[in-house]
This record gives sequence, structure tokens and C-alpha cells, in this order.
Amino acid sequence: MKEVEIFRIQIIAIAVSLALIFFIINLIKKRKLKEKYGLLWILASFSILFLSIRRDLLEKTAYFIGIDYPPAALFLAALFFGFLLFLYFSIVISDLSEKTKKLAQEIGFLKFELEKKKSRKRKRKK
Amino acid sequence: MKILAIIPAFNEEKTVVKVIKEVKKELPRCDVLVVNDGSRDKTKEKVEKESIDLINLPYNLGIGAAVQTGFIFAKENNYDLAFQIDADEQHLANQIKKIIKPIQEKKADVIIGSRFLGKNSFNYSFTRRLGILIFQLTHQLLLGKKITDSTSGFRAYNKKTINFLAQNYADDYPEPEAVIKLIKNGFKVIEVFVRMQSRKQGSSSISSLNSFYYMIKVLLAIGIQSLQKSKLYNERS
Repeated sequence: MKEVEIFRIQIIAIAVSLALIFFIINLIKKRKLKEKYGLLWILASFSILFLSIRRDLLEKTAYFIGIDYPPAALFLAALFFGFLLFLYFSIVISDLSEKTKKLAQEIGFLKFELEKKKSRKRKRKK
Repeated sequence: MKILAIIPAFNEEKTVVKVIKEVKKELPRCDVLVVNDGSRDKTKEKVEKESIDLINLPYNLGIGAAVQTGFIFAKENNYDLAFQIDADEQHLANQIKKIIKPIQEKKADVIIGSRFLGKNSFNYSFTRRLGILIFQLTHQLLLGKKITDSTSGFRAYNKKTINFLAQNYADDYPEPEAVIKLIKNGFKVIEVFVRMQSRKQGSSSISSLNSFYYMIKVLLAIGIQSLQKSKLYNERS
């Protein structure tokens, strides 16, 4: 009975991770996700897929590090990955906000120059 | 000596024109630049009627980025001296000479107009006073130098400083951070006492709700700033 249950959850896990991989690749194809950022997610989904197929590997690694309950090792890994990803996003956002600030300042200057030229022309016409 | 007045303005339609006129009256030969930081009121329309320079930012970037826009402008147009004055009449035009004179006499690179220098009579809220005290202590600790009013935005800068700040200036609550940055990078910063008016129009960029974030952010920025060696200038310029 136990064997069957394990089998079932394994199939679900494999199906979910496969779906995730297709979903991410599709996002990249549609240009909704940049390859640069998609790569991280693809890597994550492949590791989930790998661990779903080779459950014994998860167990072995968990026991090896000293975690008695293998799913806890999975949670730990997921948490760690999530944390890294959020940190990475914060870095990207900081970079982007610096860049948009520069762009906005630049727009301010361009408009200023433009107005100056326009008013000079107007004066000449008079 | 080419002098520029930088007036950052965010929703200051009621006072900005008056400030411009007073600055012009006080220093007829100085140029005035208003940086309109995405105001939603009539600031833009009112300033346009004056014959001064006006830069409109496409959205609200924050006081730091607005003032930095002024520094970039001053740098590109080769000004020898720039001073910052608020558009809400808190800073008095008749005090400007006090903060630009030491720069003209080449006594310092940066002058901060301080409300507190040598005086103790201020009627600020308890939290504001506490904040100011914490800043004073932090500065004393990190720089070994007493800065009484590091949040004051009433400042004058010489050319060297303008060029530096055009590239290094924080977006929000930039004043205390800039003081540390400047001193760490070897700029000579001096405070002079100025009279200031209590605010009639508009609100401080530091609301009570944000003051906690303000403190933490500034202390973090100051802390990190003091860890950095003074290589910023060479790296980025």
C-alpha cells in the first residue's frame, strides 16, 4: 500500500515539474521572460524534476547532512533558493531604479534644451 | 564668478515664485534654476512665467534626485558656485550671502546653513529633536567633527563639490549622507548659523510616518558611507 502512495506522489511531482519547465520555456519563447532570468527558474525546475525521479538521492543527501526527515531538506533547499532569488531581484531593482532616475533626469534636460531652442526660434520670427 | 541657485520644487505653487523673486532681489547677478520634481499642482505654469531656467522632471524622483539634477546642470554649464534653497520659504533669501561668502573667499568647499549652531532655542517636536541629536552623535562618532544641522538643505557648494555631487547623491533624504560622503572624500565642510522660518506652506519631506524609516535609512547609509574608502570620486568620474 505504501509503495503505491509513494509512486503516486512521485508521478504528481514529475508532472508538476515538467509543467513548470514547459511553462517557463513558453514564457521565454513569448519574450515575457528574459533568458537571463529564465535560466534560474529552469535550473530550479530541473532540480525539482531530478529529485522527483530520483527520490532516493534526496533521502541520501538528507541523511548525509544530518536531516532525519528528507522533505525537510527539500524545504530548506527551496527556502534557500527563494531567498537567493529575492536578493537577486532586489539587486536588479536597485539597478533599474538608478537607471530610470538617470533617464528621467536626461528627459528633463532634453526637454529643457528643446524649449530653449523653440523660444529662440520664436524670438527670431518676431 | 558664475553663481547658480538651485530650487527643488515639489507642489510649491504658492511660494516658489516668491522665493525666486527674493533670491533675484538678494543676488541680482545669480542665475536661478528651478527643478520641478513632478509637481501635480501649478508649480510648472507659475515658474514658466518667470524668466529663469526651469527643468521639469517627468515624475517625482525625490528631493535627492531633483537636487542632483541641479548639480548636473551646474556642472554642464560651468558654474563656480551653486547653492540650494527650498521653495517653501523655510530658507530666507536674506541669509544666502552668509552661506556663499565663505565659498567666495575660498574658506571651504561646502557651507551648511545651520539652525542650531551656537543656539539652543528651537521649537521642534520631541521626535525631531531626538532625531537631530542622534545625527549629531553619529557624526561626532564617525567623523570626530561636530555637525549641528546635518539635515539642513540650505547649502552652498564650490565647483569641485558640484562636480562630485553631480555623480554621487542619494535619491531620498540625501542631506546627512552627503555630509559624511563629502568629509570622507576630503572636502572641507563648514557650518554657519542662519535664521530659518518655520514652514508656512507645504510639508517637510520628512512626515511623522516616515521618520522611522528616515532614521534607519540615513543611519544605514551613513554607516556604510563611513566604511567606504574615498575612492568613489576617482572611480566614477
